[in-house]
Amino acid sequence: MTDVTRTWRQVPGYVFLIVAAVISVFPLYFMVVSSTNTSQDVLASKMLPGTNLVQNMRDLLAQQNVGAAMWHSTLNAVTTTVIALIICSIAGYGFEIYHTRGKDRFMGFLLLAIMIPFAATMIPLFQAFASAGFVNSTFAVILPTVSTPFLILLFRQSARSFPHEILEAARIDGLKELSIFGRIFIPTMRSTYAAAAVITFMNAWNAFLWPKVILLDNKAQTMPMLVSNLTAGYVTNYGVLMLAVLLASLPTMIIFLVLQRSFAEGITGAIK
Amino acid sequence: MSLSEAKAAGFGVPSVQTEGPEPSGRRSRSARVRVAQRRNLTGWIFLLPAALLILAMNFYPMVQAFFISLKTGKGSRLKWADPLWYNYQRLFQDDIFRLTLKNTFIYLIIQVPVMLILALILANLLNNKNLRFKGLFRTAIFLPCAVSLVSYSLVFRTMFATDGFVNDALQWLHIIHSPVNWLGQTGTARMVIILGLLWRWTGYNMVFYLAALQNLDPSTIEAAKIDGANAFQTFWRVTIPQLRPIILLTGIMSTNGTLQLFDESWNLTQGGPANTSMSMAHYIYELAFHRNPNFGYASALSYAILIMVAFLAAFQMKIGDRRD
Repeated sequence: MTDVTRTWRQVPGYVFLIVAAVISVFPLYFMVVSSTNTSQDVLASKMLPGTNLVQNMRDLLAQQNVGAAMWHSTLNAVTTTVIALIICSIAGYGFEIYHTRGKDRFMGFLLLAIMIPFAATMIPLFQAFASAGFVNSTFAVILPTVSTPFLILLFRQSARSFPHEILEAARIDGLKELSIFGRIFIPTMRSTYAAAAVITFMNAWNAFLWPKVILLDNKAQTMPMLVSNLTAGYVTNYGVLMLAVLLASLPTMIIFLVLQRSFAEGITGAIK
Repeated sequence: MSLSEAKAAGFGVPSVQTEGPEPSGRRSRSARVRVAQRRNLTGWIFLLPAALLILAMNFYPMVQAFFISLKTGKGSRLKWADPLWYNYQRLFQDDIFRLTLKNTFIYLIIQVPVMLILALILANLLNNKNLRFKGLFRTAIFLPCAVSLVSYSLVFRTMFATDGFVNDALQWLHIIHSPVNWLGQTGTARMVIILGLLWRWTGYNMVFYLAALQNLDPSTIEAAKIDGANAFQTFWRVTIPQLRPIILLTGIMSTNGTLQLFDESWNLTQGGPANTSMSMAHYIYELAFHRNPNFGYASALSYAILIMVAFLAAFQMKIGDRRD
């Protein structure tokens, strides 16, 4: 096959990829551009940046406490990520490094939790947190989501590649089991931790249903709840709405663009 | 601390680990058993916090939800239903439940296969060694995963507004002559949700297939080419069978996600028109936390989802495991 025919045979593939890429990016371009336009311009499909960004920001701040929502989202996402990484990584390490048949079976059982729909647990969870007086608290938002079978599996998988010789050498050096985990495993598995952190942070930042159930007070609302509430009125200001959506997406979009490789590893890593 | 220091200091460095059998083999065996037991226990202690949280935050509430589903009453004043399965009886006569069930299955049956096929094609195209701008394409197609479900739902809601962008574009292209009320009609509202799901999740699944394709043994593809198979035959007969486990996994994940659909139903179409795009999870939320909370009936409904998730996962695993 000559180079020319090979090039021609690739044309449909390129066309398909270009169309897919444009469709994937366009709604985000629409969001960014619309945040700088007036509501009328958004509806008139103005596809170029406008000059209404500052006014949209003023209108948004007049309606909603964006700073508080940003703070709540950040607090929830960072706390969830830190706690989830600690408890799930030590659990995955425990399952793999000290694996016995009993632990393997227990892990198989815990994995069934992936199949439990959140709808089937949110009512008892709400009742439990409400009767204990934890409505509107960060504690109630994060506790049901910090431990996931998925993350345990991810760390169990990475512990599988932890060299046995290092483990034995550390034991001979007299290191306690917990120090081996803390001083050797964690620094060695930096890339797994990065992947787990990215995926956990993004999920926590984007969480909607559970925060909506447990955060009854609007003062405690997160960014996704804030943008969702903007459409509650009779008339929607689309410029303001798109600006709020952009602000709610900015942290995760930046993380995605900077740490895309970690993110991809985070979603697929547990199943290698 | 070095090994010799540790030994000198009398730390419990078990010599069984380093050298061969000691003179008194009996004692060293019991020492080895003790070390093994201690390590086994250490493992259980390490996994305990995470395991307890999963038991307390997933399994325990799931069991509780079943008992709640046998009760009736408003708010927190619940009493046992008479008959006990009253809420489940009510389920079969509930037109809105049947409608949300139908909506969810329409999403499932159309969106999941289309998305997985698109993701497979895209992954296969991106796996081509000679492809240029590979990183750019991959980033662009993966990018929708960077925004939350709420955010993209509202962007789609804006784009599909009656006086919005999609109508303008289609009119400009002369595909339609007057604006379509996308979110105000049953068929089109469901279609917009399906388009949204395809947009948001195709790249996500593509990443799974790309990872799997990179782990494939290239010699199988080479062998097919030498045997004279064309690109399509190679893809269909050599690549796809090897990807079966990952296709099964993404199929189960997507089914699970679609059955639990909430954010899009709530934000994009707000369940409308007349509940014809409402998802089951959306209906449960309305029953449990809107207007007159009915925890018992909502829990019965949540068990319907639970049973469907379990049933469909088992069904897909049976299909996926079939050898031919």
